[in-house]
Parts: sequence; structure tokens; C-alpha cells
Amino acid sequence: MVEVSATRRQGSDTQATRPTTHRPPSIAARLLADRKVVVAGCFLLLLIVAALGAPLIAPHDPLDQNLMLATLPPVGFADAEPGYLLGTDDLGRDVLSRLIFGTRVSLTVAFIAAGLAALLGSWLGLLAGFFGEGIDSLISRLVDVWMAFPPVLLSILLVAVLGTGLHSVIAAIVVIDWTRFCRVVRTETMAQARMDYVVAARALGFSRFAVLFREILPNVMPVLIALITLEMGIAVVVEAILSFVGLSVSSDTPTWGGMIAEGRQSIHQAWWVLAAPLLALFATVVAFNQLGDGLARSLDPVLRR
Amino acid sequence: MIAARLVIDALTAVSVRDGNRFILRNVSLKVAIGEVHGIVGESGAGKSTIAKAILGIIPSQVKLTGGRIDFEGLDLLSLSSTALRAVLGRDIALIAQDPSTALNPARRIEAQLTDGLRLKRGLSASEARLRAGALLEEVQIRDPMRVLHSYPHQLSGGMRQRVLIAAAFALQPKLVIADEPTTALDVTVQKQILKLIRSLQERHGTSVLFVSHDLGVVAKICDHVSVLYMGKVMEQATTAELLTAPRHPYTQALLRANPRYDAPETGLQPIPPGLIAALRAEIAAFDARMAARGYPDG
Amino acid sequence: MRAWPPAGTLMADELLIATGLVVSYGKSRRSLFARTQRLGVPVLHGVSLEVRKGETIGIVGESGSGKTTLGRTLIGLVKPAAGSVCFDGVDITALDEHKMRPLRPRMQMIFQDPMSSLNPRHTIGRILTQPMRLHGLANDYASARGRAHDILERVGLASSTMDCYSHELSGGQRQRVGIARAVVLRPSFVIADEIVSGLDVSTQAQVLRLLKELTSEMHLALVFISHDLSVIRSICDRVVVMQSGTIVEQGPCEQVFAAPRADYTRMLLDAIPLPILDPDWLSRGPTAENVGMN
Repeated sequence: MVEVSATRRQGSDTQATRPTTHRPPSIAARLLADRKVVVAGCFLLLLIVAALGAPLIAPHDPLDQNLMLATLPPVGFADAEPGYLLGTDDLGRDVLSRLIFGTRVSLTVAFIAAGLAALLGSWLGLLAGFFGEGIDSLISRLVDVWMAFPPVLLSILLVAVLGTGLHSVIAAIVVIDWTRFCRVVRTETMAQARMDYVVAARALGFSRFAVLFREILPNVMPVLIALITLEMGIAVVVEAILSFVGLSVSSDTPTWGGMIAEGRQSIHQAWWVLAAPLLALFATVVAFNQLGDGLARSLDPVLRR
Repeated sequence: MIAARLVIDALTAVSVRDGNRFILRNVSLKVAIGEVHGIVGESGAGKSTIAKAILGIIPSQVKLTGGRIDFEGLDLLSLSSTALRAVLGRDIALIAQDPSTALNPARRIEAQLTDGLRLKRGLSASEARLRAGALLEEVQIRDPMRVLHSYPHQLSGGMRQRVLIAAAFALQPKLVIADEPTTALDVTVQKQILKLIRSLQERHGTSVLFVSHDLGVVAKICDHVSVLYMGKVMEQATTAELLTAPRHPYTQALLRANPRYDAPETGLQPIPPGLIAALRAEIAAFDARMAARGYPDG
Repeated sequence: MRAWPPAGTLMADELLIATGLVVSYGKSRRSLFARTQRLGVPVLHGVSLEVRKGETIGIVGESGSGKTTLGRTLIGLVKPAAGSVCFDGVDITALDEHKMRPLRPRMQMIFQDPMSSLNPRHTIGRILTQPMRLHGLANDYASARGRAHDILERVGLASSTMDCYSHELSGGQRQRVGIARAVVLRPSFVIADEIVSGLDVSTQAQVLRLLKELTSEMHLALVFISHDLSVIRSICDRVVVMQSGTIVEQGPCEQVFAAPRADYTRMLLDAIPLPILDPDWLSRGPTAENVGMN
């Protein structure tokens, strides 16, 4: 039993120096003021444009082999050919075009896998955090058991069952990472459910589901959004790993992971074949992380002030 | 002429984050030896900033732009951090507001109480433990050995505050800064703590700078009071004078606004908007004068 | 032990009768191997109280007295393990959530921390209009907004507040919004749980004054929970003193304050530091030794 009365002192009205209702900058304004977020956002926008408009943007057909033009270095180095900005691989395919087409696979996985994992995990997290007791023990136990499975084995198992392809990559990510969303959303929901505005809503006569969706969910969203962007970064890496070991889409479709696998073999003759997708992967993950951090930062002060 | 232990002279501070808005405006006060001096004001008046300035822990977004803090001949503001640390803990101690966060939850009470003793006085572990036990007895804790062995969460709020007071008086400081030490406590516990602070203070001849938003508390434990509004001292007087014949309209309004159970009509009279306007005009005039002199950038 | 009238035979001006309330926190655990049940932590030990229409009652107590729990039990947010709460003839402790809903507009609550009691993601306008829409007290959005405007004006806030979020307002303003929300459904019974505890003395005076005016204008029955007897004296007609989950004394304010009967009440009164000259105050009253360890 707490013997200390927990009274947080509110600011003084008589000494208020700001006009009594002052509007701090909106969330959008705060986000745009953060340079790292803007850079990350622009980069990701670029990727989305590249993915959507790949056939129009890519200078060459990514599958077009031309052994005469094999292992050309990127523009700026000796023996480079204009028109092949990042050089070619050992089958004469344009690295830049393959990179651009690779964004399709990466971003598709990022958005769909992160979205589905979030959907599945958050739903369960909300229920567990809000209703507590029986439902919470059931879901928490499920999460604990689920997380005990080694993720790598689980994904291999899934691919073995579903066959290789984008659908199994997405399934693997969703099946493994939904627990992350469940735990975070559950904790946040529990924190919000303790707040007086939830009690006030109940006192006003709102049903429990109304309270969960109209009152609590909007306050859980910021954390959720930040987590989704981070998950997208993770999804891109997972896809790259799976395509690196050949468990992703068929080898026709260019993927960053596949390019890294191929580039590995010709690392001495054509290092750019490895470097380009590696850098692209790195930059994409960093961009997602920065965006996620920026979102978490700018959405947070609204609530925690 | 009563010798002063602490003299604050024309202390001025601004908030860098807020466009150099003034937080303290020419604050001057004297704490005599063996006296309890109260700083009273509403939240945001700058009371805690004064306490932090003395202890050298003002936050980074606040900048002191003028004035002196004179402690026994030393200007605290001009000391190096090493020199300041030597003075703190030995001669100046702090009783913080919230007993639940001021103690480290991961360490036993004994460890936290003996830290200062061993560091500053060079006592051995067993000597320090004995001294800590004696200190706990002095703050009227009946089972000091059990408390020494406990963790903070095993003690009640009142007990924790007693431990903090023991820690503050451990090195027999010359000045204790009490920053809202009873705000988080129940009213019956508050009275006991106030009694304790007063008796310890009288016994050791310690000076106390007592910061509070509560005029009633200040009325009971302080000898002298400074009333702060928006960083500016509005009135300074002995407690008796302040309560029986307050001169500044702000003090009068504060007294009227304070609810009293022996006078039902009190507590329903906010500070009149006219007075607030007049006070703000006074503040604005001060700011203008300072700007003319080139403050705070000058 | 006073005999309470059975539910349904209300005296004309009694609005709420609570009888023998027992509330525990935590679940009672029945272990497979233990012979006895382990009960949760008891918070209220058989509390009985009556509230008349239009009357303001103060409930005073320190931490652990159970006053907040009592408040929440009186408006049906906490179900007692034993006892009943009879509101206008209806035993609300026996009702499920669905049956409670039509009664909810008539009994409302104002909370201590307006920062956490106003949804940070909702505008003030939404906070005020949603309950009206839920209970069909406004036919459409426009009339709901109109009524919200009126209420805001009544509590002394500008109409621009409708589009603000709670973090854009000062502490006193937020507390007024809390009051507005509590009265927008025109309740007959309101519980105010430590609503001025974190406010400066001047803002506190404003809020108390507003509350006093509203309760007399709307003929509200108000249960004002506070740890501060001085605040209670300024707005309440009757006072109930609680300690460790029981009522130790209750009665009209003048009576209790002038001649307190319970030792605890005397101790509480004595401990309050009044801003008056009283040099013996510190040396008066119980010392740590005879109060017990705390």
C-alpha cells in the first residue's frame, strides 16, 4: 500500500507565460523538422518509385544476358561502358537494372510481411492487454511457446512445405515475427488501460469494445507504427538472406540477396556485383530504422508530456 | 548584525530553450546561521531553480546570467566542479522531494547512508555502519539495524523520508536545502517530518533553505520567508510579519486563496485578474530594463 | 447499527444509499493444497453511507483509507464483494454492464489527474460530444457541438478549446474540461476524486468556486474526495472521515470541525498546517513514538 500520495503538480495558471492555449507544432511539422527522417523518407520514396516504375526506369532488361559485355566495371572506372552505370555481372546483365527490379521483391516483402505480422500480432496483443486474466494467460503462453521454436528451422520448414517463392518468404516472416508485435502491443495496451481516461469512458457508459477501439487503440498506434517501420527493415533483410540461400523467388527474378550470392563468387573480378546490392540493402535498412526512430520520437511527446 | 551563512545576491537565470526567457529575476536573499528560510511560490516560480543553482545542478537549458551565491565567503558559482563537490555533501546537503525516487531501489539503506561517510570522512565500513545506526536513531527510527539492512521498497514513505533526512544530516552540514520535502507525504506524516527537521536543525545549528508551494507548511517551520512570483522576489519578511501583516498584494492574495478549515469562506478566492495583470506589468518592466542593459546577452 | 430502509422505500430526498460495502483487491486464490482460501487485499470493511439530493459530502482520508475505492464503488465502477449500493431505488451492484448503461449518464466522475483522464488523442470537442451521441442526448453532430460549446462557456473556457488537445491546455483548464465532461450529460450525482490536489492555490480556488456554483445550479449531489480537510471545509455540507477502510466519523461540517469526536479526526485536524501564526504547533500533538512506526 502506497503511503505517498502521488500528486503530480500541474503548471501554474497565474504564471503562465505562453498564451493559455498554445499549439505546439503538429506531428507532421515535427517530423519534417528532423533532417534524418526527411532523408530517410525521401530515400524510401525513391525506392517505392523505383519499384513501381521499374520497367520504365531501368535502363536495361535485368534478365538480358550479353556475354560480350560481361564484368564491366561501373562508370568512372577504366573499361566502363556508358549506359551501364553500375557495371555488369559475369553474365553481362546490367547491375543497376537488376538492383532496380530487386526493389520490387524487397519492398513487396517489406510491406506485405510487416503489415500481416502487425495485423496478426497487434490484434492478439490488444485483446491480451485489455481483457487480461484468462485471455492474457492464453495468448501469452502461446507467444512464449511460439518463440521457443528456432526461427531459422521454422522458416526452412515452411519453405519445404510451401515451396520456394515470395509467398513462403512472407509467410515465414509473418509466422515468426507476429510475436514481437503481440508483446509490444500488449504492454502498451496494458499501460493505456490503466489510465483514467479509460475509467472515464467506462463511467460514461461506453462498451468494452468501444473503449478498446476508440480510446485505447489510437494511443497504441504510435508505438505500432514505429514498430511496423522497423519490421519492414527486418523483412528486407530476411528476404535477402532467404534469397541468398536460394529459398526465395526463382532465380529468374533479380533479388538483392540473389545478387549478393552471385557477387560473392566473382568478388575478385567484379566486386561491384557484390557491393551494389549490399549497399542498397544497408541503406534501406538504415532508412527504415531512422524513419521508425523519428516516428517514435515525434509521436511520443504528444502522449507523455 | 546576524552573520549570514548563505547570501544570494541578484541571481538571474534564463531558459535558453525558451528564447532566453527569464526564470530568475534578480533574486536576493540571506539565510542566517541556524535559521530556516522559506522560499514559497506557485509551481514554475523558480523555487527549485534557486535550489539547483546552489547545488550546481541546474539543467542544461537554463543559464545563470548574473549574481552571486555566497556561502561562507565562497562564491559557489565561480568554483570549479571539483571544488564545488568538496563543499557539497560536506557542508551543503539536500533533502529531495520524492522519497521513492531519491533512494536507489537496488541498494540497501546501509550502503546508501554510509556512502557519504566513507567517502568524505574516511570511516571504515563498521565505523560507518555504527554511525548510520546512530543517525537513524536520531531521526526516531526505532529499529535502525533492520532498516539499515532493508531495501527502500520495504519501507514506508515516511520512513524513507526519515532515511533521506538522516542522510542529509549525516555529515553535519552547515546548510541543508529542503526541496518540497513533505509534498509527497500524508498530512500526519508531514507534521512528524517537519518536527523532525526542526529539531535536528535546532540541535545542530544547521541553516535550512526550505522550498515549498505550501504557505501553511512554510508558516510552521520557517523563521524568514521569501515570496517568489515568476522568478522575482515579491516580499521578504519574518514569518510573523508575513502572516500577520503582509505588505505585498500578491502575498495577501495568496493568503486569501489558501483554504483554512477554521474559516469556511477561504479557499474560494482566486488571485484577482487585475492583480495578475499588475504583477505581469511589473515583470515586463523588469524585463525591459534588463534588455536595455543588454541582458542576457550582455 | 442503524437499520437502513430496504431498497425501494426511499425517503424523498435520498439519492444514494450504500450499505455494508466490502471491497477487496486482487483475486481470491484457492490453492489445491491449502485448506483455506487466500483472500485478496481488503480495502473497504463494511462502509455505509447515504447521499441526499443536492448535498455536497466530503470524504477525507490519507493514503490507504480506501476513499478512492469507495468513490468508484459508489458509481458502479468497482463491484463490492459484499454490500449494496442503491441509486434512486435501484440496486446497481446487482446490475451487469448492459443494464448499467442507461443509468450511467446520471452518475459521473471527475478525476484527479486531468492529463491521464482526458484521452490525449482526442480533441476536447470529441471528448465532450461522444458521450452525448452515445446516450442519444443530441440528435446530430451539430447540436452536440452546440451543447459542448455551451458547457465550455459555463466552465469558463474559450470556444476555441473545442479543437484543442489536452496537452495544449494548462492544468486548470484541463480540470475544467474534466468538470465539463462530467456535467454534460446532466447527472444528478457526481464524484470528484482529489480533483484539486495537484493545482496551485489560486487555480484550486477557481475550480472549487466553479464546482460550488455548478452543484447549486444543477442541484447536483456531489461526493468530494480529498486528503485536505481545509478544502473540504470550503465546499462541503457534510464530511465523512475514513481510515483504513472504515468510516471513523461523519456529520455536518460545522459539527465535526468544531467538536471532532474521533481521535483520528482530531489528529488529522491538528496535523494541518494553517497559514497562521501558531508557535506551538510543532510541539503539539502526537509524536512518532505514540503514533506508531511509519
